[in-house]
Amino acid sequence: MSNEGVDGNRRRFLTTATSVVGAAGAAAVAWPFLASLKPSARAKALGAPVIADLSTLEPGMRATYLWRGQPIWVVRRTPEMLAGLDKVTGDLVDPESKVAQQPKYITDKSRALKPEYMVMKGVCTHLGCSPILRTDHPAPEIAANWQGGFFCPCHGSKFDLAGRVYKGVPAPTNIVVPPHRYETDTVVVIGEDPKTA
Amino acid sequence: MAITPNPYKTTGALGWIDDRFPLTKMWKEHLSEYYAPKNFNFWYFFGSLALLVLVNQLLTGIFLTMHYKPGAETAFDSVEYIMRDVPWGNVIRYMHSTGASAFFVVVFLHMFRGLMYGSYQKPRELIWVFGALIFLVLMAEAFCGYVLPWGNMSYWGAAVIINLFGTIPFIGPDLVTWIQGDFVPSDATLNRLFSIHVIALPFVLVGLVVAHILALHEVGSNNPDGVEIKKKKDPATGIPLDGIPFHPYYTVKDMVGVAGFLIIFCAVLFFMPDGGGYFLEAPNFTPASQTNTPEHITPAWYFGTYYAMLRATPSFAGTQIWGVIVMGAAVVILFFVPWLDRSKVKSIRYKGALSKIALTIFAINFVILNYYGLQPPSDTVQLISQIGTILYFAFFLLMPWYSKIDKTKPVPERVTE
Repeated sequence: MSNEGVDGNRRRFLTTATSVVGAAGAAAVAWPFLASLKPSARAKALGAPVIADLSTLEPGMRATYLWRGQPIWVVRRTPEMLAGLDKVTGDLVDPESKVAQQPKYITDKSRALKPEYMVMKGVCTHLGCSPILRTDHPAPEIAANWQGGFFCPCHGSKFDLAGRVYKGVPAPTNIVVPPHRYETDTVVVIGEDPKTA
Repeated sequence: MAITPNPYKTTGALGWIDDRFPLTKMWKEHLSEYYAPKNFNFWYFFGSLALLVLVNQLLTGIFLTMHYKPGAETAFDSVEYIMRDVPWGNVIRYMHSTGASAFFVVVFLHMFRGLMYGSYQKPRELIWVFGALIFLVLMAEAFCGYVLPWGNMSYWGAAVIINLFGTIPFIGPDLVTWIQGDFVPSDATLNRLFSIHVIALPFVLVGLVVAHILALHEVGSNNPDGVEIKKKKDPATGIPLDGIPFHPYYTVKDMVGVAGFLIIFCAVLFFMPDGGGYFLEAPNFTPASQTNTPEHITPAWYFGTYYAMLRATPSFAGTQIWGVIVMGAAVVILFFVPWLDRSKVKSIRYKGALSKIALTIFAINFVILNYYGLQPPSDTVQLISQIGTILYFAFFLLMPWYSKIDKTKPVPERVTE
């Protein structure tokens, strides 16, 4: 084969054009693979609300429900527990709950629709562990001024009984309060906003 | 068509192959005529031991996969099935789990050897970089494997590590969902980690090991004196005067290392396969629970140092990404070691007091950090981890300075005995 009279420009154009089309094709082929890793239709369908009957929950106790695969806690707070919330505000990062970690309709400083029942995700805002409920106090090994709350065993984050995060721990924000509404006085629907809101 | 006869003049079956495939050529290049310095000490066992453990992991992994069933409903039970019902299944599983820990032991010692004798210095930068990549892939591989039994520690370990990506601003939460393939670690997560553990990463790992060894054999091995043996060659043969053929000299020597290693390995395997709760942790003998984090959650022991750094870093400006950055940087900084060391000499034998003190503190600090990374969180643990994190980084970041001003000793022309 003769190399005489090679049109360099034409050869370069064809090489570039082929490369560009090939790269576009490779990007298009990558799409289905990357998209296949997203939650499947079945995983998405498992997000239905959960109905929790709180009538049997004793004061000071906690019940755990599973919503979207995550633990949801309901803590029935005693008057003493509620009083303890005010005693720790100086130790907290965001005692007024200014960062939107709760639905807009939850405005009370105790972070609940009804202060007696604290509904919250049982998930640490650091790296997603499930903190441990420690109602005993004083507990100097956790914090000097401990009025009961949640202690994360993974990285030592601390939260009070309203899920508000302590200063100087890895978790940056308060624990998330999921959307919920009361069907009756003691039946709560987790995963749905109040109908009037 | 006539075939050009191979230059090794081999005949018969071997000759037939050599005419078509570089078998004898490779044998000579990489074994019988690969000249390694004659003064290797026991620190040089850990490279070949890492290869041995890799083979152990591949072999036992293949057999475990024959009985293991990925899936949130089946994984835990199938591991128990392997442990109880499959003939010798418990031994094969323990070989794999003990092998994982052994892998990190030999790799840590192998890396320490490199730091000690300056094996990353010119012209061996790429060997070190490939090695650091192997370490990175090994950590990913170990994490994926740790999740597969789907015990409670597996589950929450997966939750924590995957949530590390959630700390990335803006895209974090969506990224976590994409990685998990669900809104929480679930069946989909387990299956993709299985795929990565048994197919994707082993391929990458073996490829990197080949690159690591090819790069080594291109420039030749370093040695405890840090002397380039290729500078003094026999004029008649062109063979380094201080070099001896890898086979049979080092193949036989490495067998001694293998024997010693296997004694320890088998002692663990047969008499304490859970490694005292460090190789296999008690909470992982209970099935994964989405509502209960184990009381005391720690990563596998070999992640202790990096986990301590993650925990030591407080959240700042409303995000906890700093701990992740610190932990990531602690691994990434390894890649830069060849360019951080400004010393004129390679080996610690001829470096000055500053380098010796720095490396000693680094090694002790690494062990201390590892220990405290596995302790329950407390203020004391926090403080020690923070000091340790600073020392870890100081070793690397101050290296250009202390390695340059350090008073070195003259390096001999030839290797010492």
